[in-house]
Amino acid sequence: MTDASNTVLNDPALPTAVAARPASGPWQRSWRILKRDRATLLAAAVLILIILSSLAAPFYARYVSGTDPFRSNLSARITIDGKRTKVMQASTEGLGLGVTPIGPTWSAQYMLGADTQGRDVAARLLYGGRNSLLIAASSTAICLFFAAVVGISAGFFGGVVDKVLSRILDILWAFPVYLLAISLSIVFISQGIVIGPVEITGDSLLLPIFIIGIIYVPYVARPVRGRVLSLKESEFVLAARGLGIPAWRILVYDILPNVSTMLIVFVPLMMGLNIITESSLSFLSIGVQAPDASWGTIIQDGQTLLYTRPAVALAPGIAIVLTVLSLNVLGDSLRDALDPRTKLV
Amino acid sequence: MGLNFSFLTRKTGQLLAGVLLAQTALCSAALAEDRAELMAKHRGGTMTLAAVSAAGTIDPMINYTAQFWQIYQMTYDGLVKFKQAGGTDGFEIVPAIAEAIPQAENDGKTYVFKIRKGIMFSNGKEVTPSDVLASFQRIFKVKGPTTGSFYGGIVGADKCIETAETCTLEGGVIADDAAGTVTINLTAPDAEFFSKLAVPHASILPADAPLADAGTTPIPGTGAYFFESYNPNEQLVMKRNPHFKEWSVDAQPDGFADEVIYKFGLTEEAAINAIINGQLDWLYDTPPADRLPEIGSKYASQIKIDPLAALWYAPMNTNLAPFNDVRVRQAVNYALDRDSLVGLFGGEVLAQPTCQILPPDFPGHVDDCIYTKEPGPTWAEPDMEKAMQLVEESGTKGQKVTVIAEDNAVARGIGTYIQSVLSELGYDASMKAVSPNIQFTYIQNTNNNVQISISQWYMDYPAASNFLNVLLSCASFTPGSDSSVNMSGYCNKDLDATMKDAMTLALTDQNAANAKWAEADKGFMEQAPMAPLFTPKSVNFTSARLGNYLFNKQNRWIISQSWVQ
Repeated sequence: MTDASNTVLNDPALPTAVAARPASGPWQRSWRILKRDRATLLAAAVLILIILSSLAAPFYARYVSGTDPFRSNLSARITIDGKRTKVMQASTEGLGLGVTPIGPTWSAQYMLGADTQGRDVAARLLYGGRNSLLIAASSTAICLFFAAVVGISAGFFGGVVDKVLSRILDILWAFPVYLLAISLSIVFISQGIVIGPVEITGDSLLLPIFIIGIIYVPYVARPVRGRVLSLKESEFVLAARGLGIPAWRILVYDILPNVSTMLIVFVPLMMGLNIITESSLSFLSIGVQAPDASWGTIIQDGQTLLYTRPAVALAPGIAIVLTVLSLNVLGDSLRDALDPRTKLV
Repeated sequence: MGLNFSFLTRKTGQLLAGVLLAQTALCSAALAEDRAELMAKHRGGTMTLAAVSAAGTIDPMINYTAQFWQIYQMTYDGLVKFKQAGGTDGFEIVPAIAEAIPQAENDGKTYVFKIRKGIMFSNGKEVTPSDVLASFQRIFKVKGPTTGSFYGGIVGADKCIETAETCTLEGGVIADDAAGTVTINLTAPDAEFFSKLAVPHASILPADAPLADAGTTPIPGTGAYFFESYNPNEQLVMKRNPHFKEWSVDAQPDGFADEVIYKFGLTEEAAINAIINGQLDWLYDTPPADRLPEIGSKYASQIKIDPLAALWYAPMNTNLAPFNDVRVRQAVNYALDRDSLVGLFGGEVLAQPTCQILPPDFPGHVDDCIYTKEPGPTWAEPDMEKAMQLVEESGTKGQKVTVIAEDNAVARGIGTYIQSVLSELGYDASMKAVSPNIQFTYIQNTNNNVQISISQWYMDYPAASNFLNVLLSCASFTPGSDSSVNMSGYCNKDLDATMKDAMTLALTDQNAANAKWAEADKGFMEQAPMAPLFTPKSVNFTSARLGNYLFNKQNRWIISQSWVQ
């Protein structure tokens, strides 16, 4: 007896490459789709560049700009084109009102100018990027973890568990997300959190990380629950149940892998959303606290300089746009690659 | 060396006095004529003012803001009042509802005020001594913010403070409608009593005024204008008091504009644009820092800069580490670069660095700065070396310190700068910006454990006690209260005694009193419960059409005396 398929594969007339191609799984297939998409590659390149630049913040501050971006530098002078210039420049026109920080020099020192405290905006931009990205990534991880636990539990176990968890999600969902974030931030930033021996102070980055992580849980948990409900009724799960496979095995080997693609698609999208939320909270003084910086706090610093030094607010604004745009493009591409059924026509 | 007038004979003296009197009378007549001419030429029109937000209740006995005290000048009067004149003349106290400033009787404990006849409230009723009595009772019944501190010295005030509802001030304020007099008896002589009577909290209101905070419902007054309507989210409308006749140009001059509309809710940026476009006449708030260079050069003629008796400072909690160590407080004072702080406020045109509590040119102020590199009359530069040494000696390096600032551009900038200085001194410093609506009370309450904060103090009336005694006396410190304006929680019995001496001396010898205040100022600064930062100036940006701008050092721009046509 011969095997027809083997016969075909062993046919010497077929090209070698086709003959040697290994059977590809969904991950490989997705990777191939992603690699072919130029927009995805460009978005990934921009994102990697932003991440690397942010990671290089201490190097930039120390060896390039030569300033401490967390210290006020109001009486400093720098040399530009051989001339000593004050970083904070008092107006000499008319009544001589106002003191304006130096504008972009496009040289190593104060490349994007100074803020109201005489600090190098470029160096702060990089440090701010570190915090913004760290908060966005960490809060995304927290959000997805809790959303997965809640969504899968509610969907898979159903009954009372589903009812209780769904109502909790409903309550969280009922609050306008920014109102909830602002309320929690105001309370916790003014008092900090003390749970037994653990104390999180009001200026800790952990506060915005947890607050942003928690407020978006319903937004991810609901679709996860829906997906689990549909998976629970799928043929392979019903078959596994029929075979008497324990629930935990079905959960780990059948449900979780199918939900994980969905969670992965959420990673860039939630990161983008979390960067915007963090920036908004920091802009309102209830996110990252001084002397730390984030893109939101730098925009806040630049708000009072919009007329004279717009670069201070524009630079972090552009950084946020580029990062969120890259993450959204990546998110869309990931969704197309990992979950083609949801692709918009 | 003084001037010698011994060459004058009695006769020439009398002649000279007569000439001077005649000259004064002629000048007054000329001024009155000028004023009538100006009034005929410029009377009328609608003046539009703006502020980012309203200042709360419209009740003159409760509201304690510079913003509304300014407009109360043209809507309400007390028995006496600060003169409605430009410059330091505004510090002079003139009779208002009272015909004249009475002489003290009973060793400075009794004053008899004769009430002017014919003064009408905006509701058409004439002011009587009974209204005056009811107004003083109302001060206690509505529990205004200065009830105890300003009027607690009136006989019977203690009972009124205890049980406000039944307050009669029996024996303290006696009204005689038939004689048209009001007698006020004090428990002890008070050199600042007339100043306390001249502020809006002692406004004379109709006897039937509500005995609770009026909120947004205007109470009739005796001024040239009355409040027609008030919506804190929209606007306050002031119109001419139909029953007003100018009874004292010094206390309540007639106004030029027919109507004054005070709008709320615009941002500073929008308001500045509106002034440039001629849609607004004035903005209460200081113009935003990034617009200053532009308006200071392009619209220089519309900018008015005037000195203020005020102080920006950083109170340090003397009961909390690390500021419970005097060396740390001194270190902060040495380390601050006050020129940089002035820069954050808008530059040297708009503020003056200081390391004293009493503002320059203020009673009791003597130039003396101990927290500068080379101590002398004025601040020159920070002494970081000395500051570092003091912190090292204190052994407090590395401790956590949080600076609490108001969440607005200037205060946040100053807070960030002080946080940076504290970091440089070796502390683990951070800065927290708190909403302007609550920051002032938040930093007063000891339960909030505020270590160091940014605050401002603008005088209520021109007396050194209004800075030193109010901000740093033991009596001003009430632990656990939102009304504990001694934010440093500093209590020094010796300096309290010095201040008490100064207040007693003021009854007989103002110069000696001023010397005592200077002594107290220096004494406080040696202990450094606060770090004085700078003395701000008032910046008013007015429309091109606004004329006759007069700045009164007590109550700022006199709105009623400017015209818009």
